[in-house]
Amino acid sequence: MIQEVKEENVALMKQSERTSKIRVKDLSLFYGDKQALYDVSLTIEEKKVTALIGPSGCGKSTFLRTLNRMNDLIDGVKINGDILIDNEDIYKSNDVIKLRTKVGMVFQKPNLFPMSIYDNVAYGPRAQGIKNKKELNKIVEESLRGAAIWDEVKDRLKSSALGLSGGQQQRVCIARAIAMKPDVILMDEPTSALDPISTLKVEELIAQLKKEYTIVIVTHNMQQAARVSDKTAFFLSGEIVEYDVTNNVFSNPKDQRTEDYVTGRFG
Amino acid sequence: MNARKNFDKNLQELQNKMLEMNKLTISAFEKAFTAFKTQDIELALRVIDEDTAIDNLDQEINQFAVWLIAKEQPFATDLRRIIASLKITSDIERIADFAVNIAKATAKIGKTESLMNITKLEQMNETSLKMLNMAVSAFIDGNMAFAKEVAALDDIVDNAYAETYKSITEYLRQHPEETTQLVQLLFISRYLERTADHITNIAESAAYLIKGQIYDLNQ
Repeated sequence: MIQEVKEENVALMKQSERTSKIRVKDLSLFYGDKQALYDVSLTIEEKKVTALIGPSGCGKSTFLRTLNRMNDLIDGVKINGDILIDNEDIYKSNDVIKLRTKVGMVFQKPNLFPMSIYDNVAYGPRAQGIKNKKELNKIVEESLRGAAIWDEVKDRLKSSALGLSGGQQQRVCIARAIAMKPDVILMDEPTSALDPISTLKVEELIAQLKKEYTIVIVTHNMQQAARVSDKTAFFLSGEIVEYDVTNNVFSNPKDQRTEDYVTGRFG
Repeated sequence: MNARKNFDKNLQELQNKMLEMNKLTISAFEKAFTAFKTQDIELALRVIDEDTAIDNLDQEINQFAVWLIAKEQPFATDLRRIIASLKITSDIERIADFAVNIAKATAKIGKTESLMNITKLEQMNETSLKMLNMAVSAFIDGNMAFAKEVAALDDIVDNAYAETYKSITEYLRQHPEETTQLVQLLFISRYLERTADHITNIAESAAYLIKGQIYDLNQ
């Protein structure tokens, strides 16, 4: 029995090496003197949804933000270890723009610009130098369709994006992210400010998006992690306690700390 | 602060209801077998009547478990505990039905001179009751050794069933005039054999709770 489980794990590991999109090795992160991540190693698979869970302050958002170098903007941050996306060390290259084109991000609260829906989605492509009206129209429509919001906004593309409901705004944020044709989409608690129906719509969307994108999502909602993700990593005090197929993490976790967290005994 | 005090209280309540149902079932079983042994038809009829209380508890536990799943959306051990409770409850309910069947067979045999000494029914009954106590303890205390012991005891019941079947059919060939009673005895041995299988299922549910894996102890 134990032998079988070992073989199964080895097979899974081999499979994940073949299909890995992001490989993180011995990542440590310091905010000044305070260490926030301790030797984190993790392989994220291509076109899968990986959920990061853990109590507040466990380092999961910090970890997420290292994947497109968002932490570079904070003073006094020091990072050790390697993060490879498509076998390229993202901290060895200086082209952060290229990295953020490849790795998009959606935040906790919708953060649309105070401009029209159309201009919000076209913002990134325009910044990349695309000026052709027809081409922009195509990108905007495809992105809004991809984010499952096209039918709701197609008749008011020129009106302010801030007039939309929170749930709609969040899906436009996702459209804005996919307009850049990224490979990876990072989501930091994307539904924590949304009502239940809007939440379900975003979750449905995530299931659609994973056919084309690799998704990493931070969530405090355990049921959401169970519903949307293929694999789940449990963070505690800056370390990964358990990283496994989502089903295992929620129905039969191996580590007592994971058990205690998912059953609400702390956190 | 324990953020899940209420949930823990509810889980305890679920377990208490299950234990109460188990207690009633053991009592029904003991009464049914005593009625059979002493040919006490009144006692047998009482077992049949009292089964309604067990059926009601079964329904109550089912509804409570469904409500707990809906409102707590449980994970890990909590989820396995509730699922195991649901399965165990329906096994206990079936066992109580077998007690009723034994009581009905007792009523059919009536006051004819008992032929139970040609069978191993007494041994089957004793072993089954021992198994039931162990299986439920395995669940309550998370005792994996008990769950495995139950599976071993089930083999004893299976063997006693095979021997009983053989001796009843042999006796029947020589004493066809005893057919009515012998058929009922054969039924009772079958009920006891099935009871032991359901108890083994309970041990499997306990093992599922403890280890998080599906076990087949009914081999």
